[in-house]
Amino acid sequence: MTQPDAEAQAFLPLPPATFHILLAVADEPRHGYAIIQDVAERTGGELRLSAGTLYRSVQRMLEQGLIVEPRERPAPEDDDERRRYYRLTPLGAAVAKAEARRLMDLVRLARARGFAPGKA
Amino acid sequence: MTLYRWLLHLYPTSFRNEYGADMAAMFERRVSRAGFGARLALWLETIVDIASNAALVHLDVLRQDLNYVARTLRRSPGFAIAAALIVSLGIGATTAAFSITDFVLLRPLPFPDSDRLVNLWEVHPGISEMDFSPLNYRDLKASVSSVEALGAYRGLAVNLMAGSEPRHIQGAVVSADVFAALRIDPIAGRVFVDDDDLETAPATVVLSYRLWQTEFGGDSAILGQKIALDGRPYIVVGIMPQTFSFPNRDAELWAAMQFRPEEFADRNDNYLDTIARLRPGVSLDQARADVALVAERLRREYPRENAHTGMSVVALRDEVSERSRVALLALCGAALCVLLIACANLAGLLLARATARTRELAVRAALGAGRDRLTRQLLTESLLLAGVGGLVGVGLAAAAVPLLSRLVPAALPVAAPPSIDLRVLLFAFVATAVTGLVFGMAPVLRTARDGAIHGLVSASRAGGGAKQRVRSVLVIAEIVASVALLVSTGLLLKAMWRVQAIDPGFRTERTLTLRTALPMPKYETVAARDRFYAAVLDSIRALPGVSSAAYVGFAPMRGGPNFPVGINGVAPLDRSLADVASFLTVTPGYFATLGIPIREGRDVRDTDTRDRPFVAVVSESFARRFWPDRDPIGRRFTFAYADREVVGVVGDTKIRGLERRNEPQVYVPYRQMQDRFMVWHAPKDLVVRTSGSPTAVAPAIRSIIRKADPQQPISDLETLDELVQDQTAARAVQLRVLAAFAIAAFVLAAVGIHGLLSFIVSERSREIGVRIALGAQRTDVFAMVARNVVRLGIAGLTMGVAVAYAGGRAMQALLAGITPADPSTFGATVGLVAVMLVVGMLLPTLRALRIDPITAIRTE
Repeated sequence: MTQPDAEAQAFLPLPPATFHILLAVADEPRHGYAIIQDVAERTGGELRLSAGTLYRSVQRMLEQGLIVEPRERPAPEDDDERRRYYRLTPLGAAVAKAEARRLMDLVRLARARGFAPGKA
Repeated sequence: MTLYRWLLHLYPTSFRNEYGADMAAMFERRVSRAGFGARLALWLETIVDIASNAALVHLDVLRQDLNYVARTLRRSPGFAIAAALIVSLGIGATTAAFSITDFVLLRPLPFPDSDRLVNLWEVHPGISEMDFSPLNYRDLKASVSSVEALGAYRGLAVNLMAGSEPRHIQGAVVSADVFAALRIDPIAGRVFVDDDDLETAPATVVLSYRLWQTEFGGDSAILGQKIALDGRPYIVVGIMPQTFSFPNRDAELWAAMQFRPEEFADRNDNYLDTIARLRPGVSLDQARADVALVAERLRREYPRENAHTGMSVVALRDEVSERSRVALLALCGAALCVLLIACANLAGLLLARATARTRELAVRAALGAGRDRLTRQLLTESLLLAGVGGLVGVGLAAAAVPLLSRLVPAALPVAAPPSIDLRVLLFAFVATAVTGLVFGMAPVLRTARDGAIHGLVSASRAGGGAKQRVRSVLVIAEIVASVALLVSTGLLLKAMWRVQAIDPGFRTERTLTLRTALPMPKYETVAARDRFYAAVLDSIRALPGVSSAAYVGFAPMRGGPNFPVGINGVAPLDRSLADVASFLTVTPGYFATLGIPIREGRDVRDTDTRDRPFVAVVSESFARRFWPDRDPIGRRFTFAYADREVVGVVGDTKIRGLERRNEPQVYVPYRQMQDRFMVWHAPKDLVVRTSGSPTAVAPAIRSIIRKADPQQPISDLETLDELVQDQTAARAVQLRVLAAFAIAAFVLAAVGIHGLLSFIVSERSREIGVRIALGAQRTDVFAMVARNVVRLGIAGLTMGVAVAYAGGRAMQALLAGITPADPSTFGATVGLVAVMLVVGMLLPTLRALRIDPITAIRTE
């Protein structure tokens, strides 16, 4: 196990909100409202983060170093001056991967017992 | 939107500054898109969202701060331990003092609506609380309207033969109304009803929980059964709960009061305590006025007996002696002094630490930590330190409370001993929180005032006058509190020495006393008692190691009755102590056994029997009072229902206590008592003087008594040394506590002064260095440091002496005649504090003298 992996393990299991936020900022920096929308879209409207939950998670994730506020802003036409943007850090990526692996292992275990649905 | 912004204030400031705008913008967008109905739902959702998340964010911040604080404290464990210990001393002292004071003076007594309970008293010239006579009690009860359930009670001491060993137990004889007034239900059976008070009713008794458990195995089959008290049958009708205690903690059973007709013969025979409940809507003052009216009427109706008799009402809660009250308040004052010193020290420590950390804090502020985050962290730190200190303090208090329970007056009608309960814990919690907050604020305010940037730049510059002034005030406060504590301790110590030096009038060493409370009617005749005394005394005198033995009605310090003295057939009506004398029945040899000197005439003799002239031995003060210039031998006086002739004069003894007023004493030969009359006064206390250790012969004495009467219980066995030491036991406890407080305060103050001077020297080290470089002499440097100490010392001592004098005056009741301005105490205190100042300044001064000008200037 490499060093960042070991570090990432310490964050598991990840709260669902944290995991979704990591996924939302994986491709590009996003601001708060965009994160909420992205999560809602990806989950088919099942998970709507509240503003309170979002920013509490954001604050903690910033402290933990899972996300950062990028110094460079998005292209001027997309940029909203008042907004704060967040993007994934390498540690954040490692943590998201580790969580995904953990979930997959869980599913595998369940499947071995005949619990999980087969391939859709 | 205003409401939304207002809601955001639930978050910590730092969080709001960071994300508030984004959140508000997001909310605004959602509101603008929602219809009217949806808006309501949105608002509800938002409120819940913010409230719950804000709480979680606060927790996050707290966790972070605690982590941070724990980390920084681990880096300076000395500081952390010192601060927590200092707080623990202050909290421990105040918590212990509060728990006892609350127990005795503040909390309601354990009866329903206990603030309505009152005692009623007769008032006589010079005696503010006198027992009632049955006649006055009956007349008062018949006409008083402001109180209900006016009940009477008196002490009871009986021998109970239940198990294998006879036991002497204390209790009370109570009328049915006593239970009606107290309103406590029995756990089994019933309490007394009016019919139990009738003379024709069978004798009934209610048991305490303790007696029920120890003597009757907690078996409720005892209800309705007969038990033998002093050989007389009583029917057990009820059992009281464990928490019930009345009139004092020693009471183990209650017998029904059945007045006999002869008890209503003498209006000046006072032996009834009373208790009652104020009627609903009646105030204490109204009750007093009402009772005073009744007293006035009785005075007119019985001008001879009641000429000087008034009546008063006192709230049961206020029946705590002035001395107990002053002793407890003094304890609280002392504890507050300790807390004050502890807080001053804590503030000093935190200030010094904040100074040392100015640069660190400034760097953090520059890196973006908002002022509120720094404030929060500093407060978290001081609260954490205070919290740990508070916990240790409560532990200290828990250890101290059992020792302090000696300060609880025996007469307090509360069964449970004082303990650290929820109320006390709450007090400790508040005291700790206030300590942490208020004194943690000092460095916070300083940081806030200095500003972050300023802190970065000026971190190593001299601190300026303001900081030093704050710390100077702290040190002065410490000196004042130390002086007050030292003086109080000194005064109380001198008072105790004075009391211990009081000559009790008898020799205490190698003397044993015990009580054989003779049960009646078994021993109601002189002849029956004679056989017992002879059997016991003859055998004891024959024991090796016993030099003499005798019996007396009441051993010294154990109280006893007094009677008015009549000269030439006229009994005085003024019952001030000057006109009464204590009545003690004795066997021959009592004076020799106790070492009471016979000044004139002779001891009582076995030949002083009822068929011979009635004689008495009186104390010197008695002779002086009634025959100041004449020889008392052969004089006659009327006393305790008989004419008696003085045959001897002996030294006075402190029969009631070293510090109490003691009336003159009259000793009457035991064989001149009347059969079946005044049997309570018959000799029952044995005194034995030994040549070796008095406790060594105790087993032999026990077996002699058991042989003389196997059913006779033995109680109150102790040496006269112990008996006299008991007199100062409460003082000794109080003194020990105060001394501990004073020592703690003294050390804390010394540490505080040392800290302040170190601070001053280090703050000014550059200046000192420059001065030395410019040619200042060591003596100049010394003078500079010393000037500070002298100024602080003079300010602290002046105020301290004033405060101490005021404190001394407030507790004059405890000082046994020592003046609150006692010069030697004040002199010693000032000397001690001067020494403390010198010791405190020693190290910092040395450091100042050793300052190397080159290094000092280069540090910049």
